[in-house]
Amino acid sequence: MSDVAIRVDRLSKRYRIGRAERYKTLRDTVVEGVMAPLRALGAALNGHGRTPDDGESDQHIWALRGVSFEVRRGEVVGIIGRNGAGKSTLLKILSRITEPTEGYAEILGRVGSLLEVGTGFHPELSGRENIFLNGAILGMKRAEIERTFDEIVAFAEVEKFVDTPVKHYSTGMQMRLAFAVAAHVDPEILLIDEVLAVGDAGFQKKCLGKMGDIARRGRTVLVVSHNMPSIVNLCQRAILLEAGEVLRDGAPPEVIQQYLGTIRSAGGEAMWADPSRAPGNDIARLHAVRILQEGCEGPIADVDIAKDVLVQIAYWNLREGAELYASIWLRDQMGTPVLASGNATSVSLTHDPWYGRPHPRGLFHSVCRIPGNFLNEGLYSIAAILGTAPSTTQVLQDYVLSFHVHDTGEMRKEFFGGWLGTVRPRLAWHTEFVEPAAHAAERGQ
Amino acid sequence: MRSQGRAIAAEPPAAGALASTIVIRPSRGWVALRLRELWEYRELFYFLAWRDIKVRYKQTALGAAWAIIQPFFTMVVFSIFFGQLAKIPSDGLPYPVFAYCALLPWHLFAYALNESANSMVANQQLIKKVYFPRLIVPLAGVLAGLADFGIAFAVLLLLMLYYGIVPTVAIVTLPLFLLLAIAAALAVGLWLSTLNVQYRDVRYVIPFLTQFWLFATPVAYPSSLVPEPWRPLYGLNPMAGVVEGFRWALLGKAEWPGPMIFVSAAMVAALLVSGLFYFRRMERTFADVV
Ligand SMILES: Nc1ncnc2c1ncn2[C@@H]1O[C@H](COP(=O)(O)OP(=O)(O)OP(=O)(O)O)[C@@H](O)[C@H]1O
Ligand SMILES: [Mg+2]
Repeated sequence: MSDVAIRVDRLSKRYRIGRAERYKTLRDTVVEGVMAPLRALGAALNGHGRTPDDGESDQHIWALRGVSFEVRRGEVVGIIGRNGAGKSTLLKILSRITEPTEGYAEILGRVGSLLEVGTGFHPELSGRENIFLNGAILGMKRAEIERTFDEIVAFAEVEKFVDTPVKHYSTGMQMRLAFAVAAHVDPEILLIDEVLAVGDAGFQKKCLGKMGDIARRGRTVLVVSHNMPSIVNLCQRAILLEAGEVLRDGAPPEVIQQYLGTIRSAGGEAMWADPSRAPGNDIARLHAVRILQEGCEGPIADVDIAKDVLVQIAYWNLREGAELYASIWLRDQMGTPVLASGNATSVSLTHDPWYGRPHPRGLFHSVCRIPGNFLNEGLYSIAAILGTAPSTTQVLQDYVLSFHVHDTGEMRKEFFGGWLGTVRPRLAWHTEFVEPAAHAAERGQ
Repeated sequence: MRSQGRAIAAEPPAAGALASTIVIRPSRGWVALRLRELWEYRELFYFLAWRDIKVRYKQTALGAAWAIIQPFFTMVVFSIFFGQLAKIPSDGLPYPVFAYCALLPWHLFAYALNESANSMVANQQLIKKVYFPRLIVPLAGVLAGLADFGIAFAVLLLLMLYYGIVPTVAIVTLPLFLLLAIAAALAVGLWLSTLNVQYRDVRYVIPFLTQFWLFATPVAYPSSLVPEPWRPLYGLNPMAGVVEGFRWALLGKAEWPGPMIFVSAAMVAALLVSGLFYFRRMERTFADVV
């Protein structure tokens, strides 16, 4: 018995894109049918015999290109990659919804896939009816649904509404019911696409718990997610897709780190090219605010929790000899200030020679270094401030820029779930064994 | 395997499960119908048909009465205009029964055709997100028409009672004609649903098609209006054979429609087989294009 569950060999998928392909009308086809020979004739006369359908035209894109990997029985593998990388396409091919253009794949065992929560739910039908319908759609047998029915209803917490049409459910209730059905499908090999995050926080936790159960039960799971902590926690292995190709395949923390290195999302920068329109006055104006991180070129909006975050304020000094300083505020996603910092000598950890010193006219870059392993996961925003020493604010631009701190899983080996708090520094811990139990008991008497 | 359920769920799947190996590779040209797989998915088929039937009359004031109202009032209108005013012959039968008996399979056909032709587009969400043999979708659409048929059929029995018409032994052939009507709807439905995925024009074509088809079918008039030698040719319209077959099987008095039936059956078979293969051939792109 081989212990391979999924074998994927040079799988490729080409999609046709462009106007003519979707919802062709008969007229389009007729026009095309008439025009194509004419165009071919024209091309032949012009001396370049390129046919319109030679595959390499810009009407096509490769959603997957030469993807190969193997998944062993019982392995839980996460698939990550940015939007349009081909993750869903891969799962669609493996679940036989669409055919590959080239290549080969083999799945050994009963496979179930979950590409969307609530596929086939009908608003007019009651919760009970939808459970049966949805179960059947997901490949459950009638008897199986009957057996797990109560469990499903309890998991979704919709006991009181089982006989109400689903259209009268709240969105959250619909999602919960849909996920509950999906979570009770129990094939040997499970393909999941981004369905982990539904419902409110409490229910999400339940979903992740259920996913963990499935993984621990020895099922082979291929899961696509943008939620890095859940990948780190659930998966023994991660595959990074980029433009349809496998960029990296290995242990989740390393793969995620590489991924965060590649996202380099547009953003991470707020810039004013025209000094006359930039925030400020006739003393100083902002030129740009950027988030930088070592190992990444240019500004980024998604940063690695473990590495230092550099906040760069680029500004113009417009008045000869102005004694300028720079500072920032950092807010969490609720807008609560997390910290304030500036380059004043009494504030900065390192000496900044330009603090309060008469500036010649020109462009300056002030950089503040926020240490790694200090901020918690989540979204933060920056306020950029310029002033003249000692403490006269000249420019204050709140919420100029925000960035996302991502957990790469380094602190998640033992614990899973959201960390409490706005900051998440690593603090020193030390425990001592004071005395054995017998002594303590004696003293107590 | 299933009956053991959760008990074995704690262990890795047994080696026996390896029997089900799925091979995924691009298919080329014409492909097999894989009817056995269709059988394995019969529960889903049943659930989809059940959903269509169930949802059909939800939030309608008259509910299932619609299944009777449509053919019945068509019959009344036909009886007044064609039967009374135009004096169209009805093979010696009371015109209302004559017309209603034909309207039954006709409505079944028209409804099933419409449902199956639109089914692939209507279920596109499903097709894009779940795997199952796609043939189930137009099949389930066809089946949903049967519920209406059953209800309207009861009214036919009442009408026959009223006019004192007793069916002959020919009634045992009725299921065959019913099957023929369904097969005809499925055959045309398969072609149209496949085309519909690519060309949404189909949706607008269907009402025209059924309207013309109704007049080309001996519903309001008997096929005996067509000169004898041409009648087998008339059978090329499969519904002509079905309708006359219904009259013959149920009302007894009409004469055996003869070769027309066989021409119709052959026509349906040809359309159905070609439709099935065409559907299967195009199936691989459905999820990408729909
Ligand atoms: N049916 C289709 N027709 C044409 N192009 C398609 C089709 N489906 C997907 N694509 C293209 O294939 C590429 C990969 O899409 P895919 O859905 O696999 O991305 P993804 O990695 O799942 O992205 P996301 O993270 O946003 O879900 C995209 O460029 C997309 O536009
Ligand atoms: Mg996707």
